[in-house]
Amino acid sequence: MTDIALQDGPEIAALPARARVLRRLRLGDATFYALTQAAAIAVLALLGGVIIALLLGAMPALSKFGFDFVTTERWNPVTEVFGAIAPIYGTIVTSIIAMLIAVPIGLMIALFLTELCPIPLRRPIGITIELLAGIPSIIYGIWGLFVFAPFLQQYVQPALINTLGGLPGLSVLFAGPPYGIGVLTAALILAIMVLPFITSISRDVFEAVPPFLKEAAFGLGCTTWEVFRNVVVPYTRVGVIGGVMLALGRALGETMAVTFVIGNAHRISSSLLAPGTTISATIANEFTEAVGDIYTSALIALGLILFVITFIVLAAARYMLLRIERRIG
Amino acid sequence: MAAAAVLVGGATIALAADISGAGATFPYPIYAKWADAYKKETGTGLNYQSIGSGGGIKQIQNKTVTFGASDAPLKGEELAKWGLVQFPMVMGGIVPVVNLDGVKAGDLVLDGPTLAKIFLGEIKSWDDPAIKKLNPNVKLPSQPIAVVHRSDGSGTTYNFAYYLADVSADWKSKVGVNTSVEWPVGIGAKGNEGVANNVGQTKGSIGYVEYAYALQNKLTYTKMINKAGKTVAPTSENFQAAAANADWKSQPGYGVILGNQPGDTSWPMTAATWILMYKEPQDKAASAEALKFFGWAYKNGGKMAEGLDYVPMPANVVADIEKTWAADIKTK
Repeated sequence: MTDIALQDGPEIAALPARARVLRRLRLGDATFYALTQAAAIAVLALLGGVIIALLLGAMPALSKFGFDFVTTERWNPVTEVFGAIAPIYGTIVTSIIAMLIAVPIGLMIALFLTELCPIPLRRPIGITIELLAGIPSIIYGIWGLFVFAPFLQQYVQPALINTLGGLPGLSVLFAGPPYGIGVLTAALILAIMVLPFITSISRDVFEAVPPFLKEAAFGLGCTTWEVFRNVVVPYTRVGVIGGVMLALGRALGETMAVTFVIGNAHRISSSLLAPGTTISATIANEFTEAVGDIYTSALIALGLILFVITFIVLAAARYMLLRIERRIG
Repeated sequence: MAAAAVLVGGATIALAADISGAGATFPYPIYAKWADAYKKETGTGLNYQSIGSGGGIKQIQNKTVTFGASDAPLKGEELAKWGLVQFPMVMGGIVPVVNLDGVKAGDLVLDGPTLAKIFLGEIKSWDDPAIKKLNPNVKLPSQPIAVVHRSDGSGTTYNFAYYLADVSADWKSKVGVNTSVEWPVGIGAKGNEGVANNVGQTKGSIGYVEYAYALQNKLTYTKMINKAGKTVAPTSENFQAAAANADWKSQPGYGVILGNQPGDTSWPMTAATWILMYKEPQDKAASAEALKFFGWAYKNGGKMAEGLDYVPMPANVVADIEKTWAADIKTK
């Protein structure tokens, strides 16, 4: 093999068998190259197509409302006046709260599973958490509406209103009647849904930390916390942030589960217990019965905005990773 | 190539046996039931996609289906522009449902202006004088009213909003009528089942659902005071009374919204759902098959409709519709 590959030039013509083999190998390589290239280009073309379709579809609404589309709260299908700030706000706020809850808990679970958990328990707990990722979002939605929301309404929200609702500053966030469904409920469901992403990815990267590093640290007399803080976290930062961003991407775009429990009101309320809406929930709710070009176009424009938000998040994640790598490297 | 052409030809013939339609979700259960019975009787099936009224209108405009179905009627000029014929197929009732301790189904009486004020957020508490005046014998708590409405676009919302606009100038100017509207207050729930569930579990709430959902979920429906000033309960007879008293010929394509119809026993929130077909269809045979099915459903489908808490069209209206078919739809 090696000597065939190394040979080149006129001698090969004299060796037809070798030339044939060589040609076949070259052809194989070329085909392989073309196939993989086509696959990569197909994704780019698909993405380009999606962007163009979204832009074209959103054009009527964007040209009618201009910049007001992203700054006003009105969403009136009757008079066809549309503004997207309420769903944008709902999308971002539910995702941020979900991440505030899910990231610490997810990391704690991953740490427990890799460092502290008795060996026989590791697999069962790990598999249970991964199963959470396999539950379809409609199931989370139904469970949220029929089980979780009534539970929140009866026990959790009255308690929140009675305790935190009385504190200055927090009273704005926890005001109003306990509906059970609303922005907070949606955020909690999202937190449960993204938890497995954070946990499984962090666990995998935590496990990839070379044991001798940790053993050396333990040998120096470090506590478990100190090993985690000073050895595991710096070593795995890039992977953990990747997992968190994946989870954030899912939270931003999640549709069904949120639609069921957020209350679907096109309003921005200061209270987290009040109903709100998100971009994807609005599209899912209203697209089927949207009659009229501007209405449909406004919904497509919402899709375009979600696309832009997701793009910004991914770009920010890349930038963060780059900075970290540069600092370490 | 020849073999492929034969195959394709064969497939077209096989498909032609099924009637294709798309649109409104509200009548889907009864269309499916009729289709099942019709197939057993005649061997002709119905392929109905319940993708929503907006989708149904688009599909018939693109001529991908033989008929479209919509909960909101098209206006006369739209029908003329596209060359479509429109007729009502079946009806249903919309009922307000409440969740109040000690109040049973049919205890509470509301009238249109009060209902509009509740959904406008102007009446905020159950012991408001306006509600008290209508219900001198009901013990009303001093509890905030939690309004529940549909979050998805829906013919139910269209008909409900139409009624509120008809009885309240404020509703007409501030909110208006459409398959989804800008709600001044309340939480949105997805589908009739979502509203039913939210009202069922939220104390002090009020919502509106199709009659069938109120019955199945054992919700506390209210009585209404109708246009004639009489208190009526939501029953099949009262929905039918609204349909019988309506002047169907006053609108092109029978596009009469049954909200707030005259008559002593008329339920004020009755809703019809419509079928859209071409006057000059491309596939005449398919349209003829579809009309055969609709004629069969008018004739034999009444009992099945009532079984699912829908309301069949009154006989005099059906006779008019069948005359329209013969005059306007060219199937030969």
